[in-house]
Formats: sequence, structure tokens, C-alpha cells
Amino acid sequence: MASKFTRSNSAGWLMAGPAAFLMALFVVVPFLFAILLSFTNQRLVSPNPTEFTGLANYQQLLGVGMITLDPERDAEGVIVREANGSPAYPRLRDLTRNNPDHPELDGLREWFSFQVGDSRTYVLARDVVFMKALGNTLVFVLIVAPVQGGLALVLALLINQKLRGINLFRAIYFMPVVVSIVVVSLLWRFIYDGNSGLLNNLLSALTFGAFPRIDWLGNPSTALGAIIAMSIWQAVGFHMVIWLSGLQTISPTLYEAASVEGASPWQTFRYVTWPGLRNTAVLVLIVITMQAFALFSQIDVMTNGGPLDATQTIVFQAVERGYGKQDISGGSTISVILFILVLSISLLQRWLTRDKR
Amino acid sequence: MNKLGLFTAALLGTALMSGSAFAQATLSMWYHGAGNEVESKIVNQIISDFNASQSDFKVELQSFPQAAYNDSVTAGALAGNLPDILDVDGPNMPNWAWAGYMQPLKIDESKIASFLPGTKGTWNGQLYSVGLWDAAISLVTRKSYLDELGLRVPTLDQPWTKDEFMDALAKAKASGKFQNALDLGTAWTGEWYPYAFSPFLQSFGGDIVDRSTYKTAEGALNGDAAIEFGKWWQGLFTEGYAQATQDPADRDAGFNSGKYAFSWNGNWAALGSLDAYDDVLFLPAPDFGNGSKIGAASWQFGVSAKSAHPDGAAKFIDFALQDKYLAEFSNGIGLIPATASAAAMTENYKEGGKLATFFGLSEKQALVRPVTPGYVVQAKVFEKALADIANGADVEATLDAAVDEINADIEKNGGYGH
Repeated sequence: MASKFTRSNSAGWLMAGPAAFLMALFVVVPFLFAILLSFTNQRLVSPNPTEFTGLANYQQLLGVGMITLDPERDAEGVIVREANGSPAYPRLRDLTRNNPDHPELDGLREWFSFQVGDSRTYVLARDVVFMKALGNTLVFVLIVAPVQGGLALVLALLINQKLRGINLFRAIYFMPVVVSIVVVSLLWRFIYDGNSGLLNNLLSALTFGAFPRIDWLGNPSTALGAIIAMSIWQAVGFHMVIWLSGLQTISPTLYEAASVEGASPWQTFRYVTWPGLRNTAVLVLIVITMQAFALFSQIDVMTNGGPLDATQTIVFQAVERGYGKQDISGGSTISVILFILVLSISLLQRWLTRDKR
Repeated sequence: MNKLGLFTAALLGTALMSGSAFAQATLSMWYHGAGNEVESKIVNQIISDFNASQSDFKVELQSFPQAAYNDSVTAGALAGNLPDILDVDGPNMPNWAWAGYMQPLKIDESKIASFLPGTKGTWNGQLYSVGLWDAAISLVTRKSYLDELGLRVPTLDQPWTKDEFMDALAKAKASGKFQNALDLGTAWTGEWYPYAFSPFLQSFGGDIVDRSTYKTAEGALNGDAAIEFGKWWQGLFTEGYAQATQDPADRDAGFNSGKYAFSWNGNWAALGSLDAYDDVLFLPAPDFGNGSKIGAASWQFGVSAKSAHPDGAAKFIDFALQDKYLAEFSNGIGLIPATASAAAMTENYKEGGKLATFFGLSEKQALVRPVTPGYVVQAKVFEKALADIANGADVEATLDAAVDEINADIEKNGGYGH
């Protein structure tokens, strides 16, 4: 293969040339820049010279620590309790800020904490917002990848039939993909509105007013879920089309053979359709994973990462820092971390779904 | 990059040559008001008047939509082709001056002696930009509401105290007539937060950053005054006086349709309220202990650092600072004219005019946002801290985190030249 690629193939290279050049200019070069800049203190706007700072950006983003606190005790050694009965602990603020006894905790903040017996363990992070963004993005990917892929397959099976007007359904399912994500996000902001949103009105009408009105995007416990649901809906049509193309490559003779053998619909799916979709499945899974990691527009339009960081994501933070806070090196570092994350997960998926024969 | 530089140099060269052929230098100017017809008309009027008034310079305007303006300037600066004359949002000016986008503005300072303080953009002891107008915020309500709730009408000399203000909110809530007592405008994300809400913090005695050195936010944004402010701010939402997440439609029309008793809003929205009710009052900001404060500084004009004709650019800005243009902008888009003499020429800001209160507010209470290149970042940090506190985050931890982020940024930037 390699020799064919390089030898007497000038026409091929000539045709690929313009695209390859543009790809190099707008994808490869910026990518290399990002890696380079992540080791510096480069600013978007600054008269100061750029300095090489080594791994400082990575340490700042990924630094974590842990501390276990025993509850406070009064003079007799009895545990001091808060008004609600839970034990009182020394204030974290006094330990992590300007405390000469704990230099290793300086600048760390509480990420989350858990209770073991009477003592409480705090997991601290140097950049809590980034950690939350990381967590939210992973939750988003873990839910969106299987649900969107599965739903897309169901839709593809449904529309892969010879019925009158089936093209209408194909168009309807595909429509959200064609509409700009920004427009879709704006519309869903209205749908999720806490007072007079469509969703609230619908739920209220269906339950005769029993369902309480929820501010879907304004409530930390529902915001990410709302964005997940909307994102799945928006892109499901795209993956449906990929599944559909996979379905149509399966030879009809296999189905005929299956029906001659008296296979049930489930058996047909399990032993004919699914094996035939193997490569499509790998593609869909990897594409959804990569797209899900890049979650940005919905956040930017709908929540800006709020409320209480419930919808922070990696890419939103990269843009927010690089451009909003003029910290190009910080944004680049996040991008590099995202790249490594996506690459390793994609390789893992590839390995897990490899041909085992 | 080199090729691009050559190309721009060649372009610039041709532009300069064609300019000299007419023995008249062309000054390019960027403005943020694309899409606003009235605004464009006034700017174009000033430019054509200026071009007609002398023969040395010719100003050419390029307008950008406001949302894309700052990005365009940054991109233009990185590519090395900024115009001669820029307009800049007041709090952003130090950042651009520090970054070397702008140069000190050389106009006769006596000419702007009578200008409102918020219209003068000074950094490092030098004037960089001047505004033709300012903007101001007031606590909008109705006389009938105050009468009904049994509240005194506060004045510039005797604004409400914190207790009076909280009492007013409590009474408005207890009356049951309103969806919420107070419309803060939390639906307007972005610069609105530091512009509208940091004056509350300053009135409490805190600040976004320590203005004596601009090297740290420690003590300013997480000191006792700031923590008191933070708890008060959180209380507004836990008590149900205001909404942490607000429907943008409610922000635009809520007060005018009776959903709120009080609205914290700018002079640009005042005419709408005057149309809705005939007894609208524009009250000064409450005094939380350190005097009533509102934000100052709007869009201003300055000269870019790379301008080949800074004298011409300054001459144009000087020309634009005439009372008649100040008045025209005010009449056209409702802004507060920069001088009292121009205010007298306007419909709304003249003595006894419907919005005359705002001129007094700008004059008496206005405080510019921290004058530092780091403000751009500090504003974002402040906005997030306030949004988080409104949504129930721990006040002290949130303010500490904000201080840490601001300090880390200042350090990363070598102190921003202070």
C-alpha cells in the first residue's frame, strides 16, 4: 500500500494537494501550536514576552489533594455539633488559604467530600471548575453515546421499510441535524423556560396541573439532563442515516435465507442484521463519542456553564479561558488534555470492538 | 505570517500612496454601532462635517456589530492593521492601552474639564479616550407603588439606607401584588453583572480588586465588607425578592407590565417605562454604608497606537466633542450627554426633562470600574462568583475562589504594568 502511495502517483497528490494544504494550515498547524503554547504563558492580549513555563499549566489544571478532618471537640472532648446534628468541622478556608502549617494545601478548593465515621474526607482540586467540567463531559458522553446510538438504530430500523411516504419520516427525523445548533439551542431554551416553557405547559396539562413547574436550565440538578436530552434529539437523525446506509448494505438474500429457515424477527436482527452492522456500529460509536466530547454550542447558548457549574464542559472552558479570559496557554492546555482523552478513549473503543477472528 | 505581513505592507503602501496623491491623509475609523440606523446616521454626520471643515484629513468609517467589535479589534491588532481611530468600551480601555493597541490621546484637557467623570478614560496618568456620553443606572419604580407601600421617596442627597431598601423589598413582597419585588436583570449575562452589581459591593465597602495597588483582590473581594455583601446578595434570592435565573422577556417587559415593584435598570430603558406608566420614578442607588454608587463609563473614542496620523485622529475626536453632537447622540439613542451644556440642549436631560435625574446620578454617584488591564478577566470572574452565589453557593468559599483566580491572573501577567 505504502509504495503505491508514493510511487508515480503525482496526479493523485495533485488532486489531494489543495485539501491537504488547507487541512495542514487550519488543522495540523493550530494543533501543533496548541501543544507548544500549553507549555508557555502565552496571552491573547499582552505586551509581555511569552515565557516557557514547563508543566505549570498542567499542574494548575490537574492538581488534586485530599485531607481528612476530625470533627471539632470542645474542652471535654465531646464532638461539637451543628444545629442540624451533624458534626462541626474546622473551616476548610482556614486550612487552604495563607496557612503556613499546610503549604501543600495552599490554593486548593473543595471538589467533593464524603463521610467515614465521624471524620470527613475532602477531595480538593486546584481547579475545581475544570474538574467539574471534566466530570460533566464524561457523564454527557457516557449517556449520549449509547442512548443516541441506540435510538438512531431504532429509527433506522423503523424507516428502513418500503412504505408509502417513508421519505417524509426520513426527512422529519433528519431535520434537526440540518438546522443550526445555535438555532436549535435557542428554541430549546424557550421550551425549557421555567415559567411558560412548552415543556412545563405540556407536563402541567398532561397531569392536570399536578406536575410542579421546573426551571429546567436554572436548576443545578436538571440542567445537564436537559442539555443531554436536547443534544440526543438534535443529532440522532445524523446517526440514523449512517445506520440506514449500513442496513442497506446487508444483502437481501441473507434475509430471504433467514425467513426460509423460519427465523423470528428477533433472530433475524440478532444473527443477520447486527453482525452486518458491525463496522457501522464502530463508526457510529466513535463519531458520537468524539462529537459528545466537543459539547460547546448548547452550553454557550443555553447556560454558560451554570447554574453552579452544573453544565461546565471541557470545550466551553477552553474557549472561556482562551478567549474570554485571554489566557491562550490555559485554553491550549485544556485542548491538549481533551485531545489525549479522546484519543485514548477512541483507541480503547477500537481495541474493544476489534475483529476477534 | 511573513507573507501576510508583506501583503498588508503592500496594501498599506498603496493606500498611503493613493492618499498622498490627493494631498489629503485618510483616517480609518472603526465603530461598534453597525445595525443601529440612528447611531450610524449621527456618526456619519459628524464625519462628513469634519471632512468638510478642513482639507488635511479625510475620515472613513467602518462599522461592526457590537457583539463582534472587541473580537475584531483583537484580531486586527494581532494582524497589525488597526484603524487610526477606535472606539472602545470604557472599562476595556486600560487593557488595550496596556497591550499597545492605543496611544495617549492628545487633546486640550481644558476642553473636557466640564465632562462627566465617567466619560474620561485615563490610564497610567494619561488620557487615552473620551466619551461623548455616559450611561447610568437607577432603581426604577412608580410613585403609586411607594405611596401604597408607605415608603419615603429617596433623593440624591438622602438615598435609601440598606435597611430602608430591604424594608421596601419586604413590603413589596408582603403586598402580594408582584411576581417578585425586585428586577435585577439577571437575565443579562456578561458585562451587565460587573457594571450593575459591583457598585453594590463598593457601597458595602468592598471592591473587585484592591484599587490602591491593583496587585491583589485579597481583602477587597473576600474581606468582611465583601462577605457581608455576598450574604446580602444571596439573601435577595433566598428571600424570593429577586430571581437568580430570569426569563429575558421578563427583563425587557416585566416592570412595564407590573410584575416587579422595583427594577434596577439603565437610562436606555427609561423611555419604555415612561411610556408604560405616567408616575415613574428613577431613584438613586441605596447607600449600603459607603455612599450610593453606580457604574460609569460607556463607549469612548481613542487613537490606535499604530496610527500614522495621530494628530489628525485627535483632531477628529476633538471635533466630535461639540455640544451639538453630544446632544444629537442623546436625542437619537437616549444616552446621557457628557456635558451639562449639551444636556440643556436635549429633550430628556435638560432641566426638568424626563430623564434629568440620570444626569444627576452620573454626576454624583458614578464610579468607574477598576481601571486596570486585568479588568477584562476580573469582570468575568466577578460575574461567575455572583451568579454562583445567587444560585446558592457558599459565599465565603466562592469569593475566596474568585480572589485566587484574579490574583493568579494578575501574577501571570506580571502585575499588568501597575
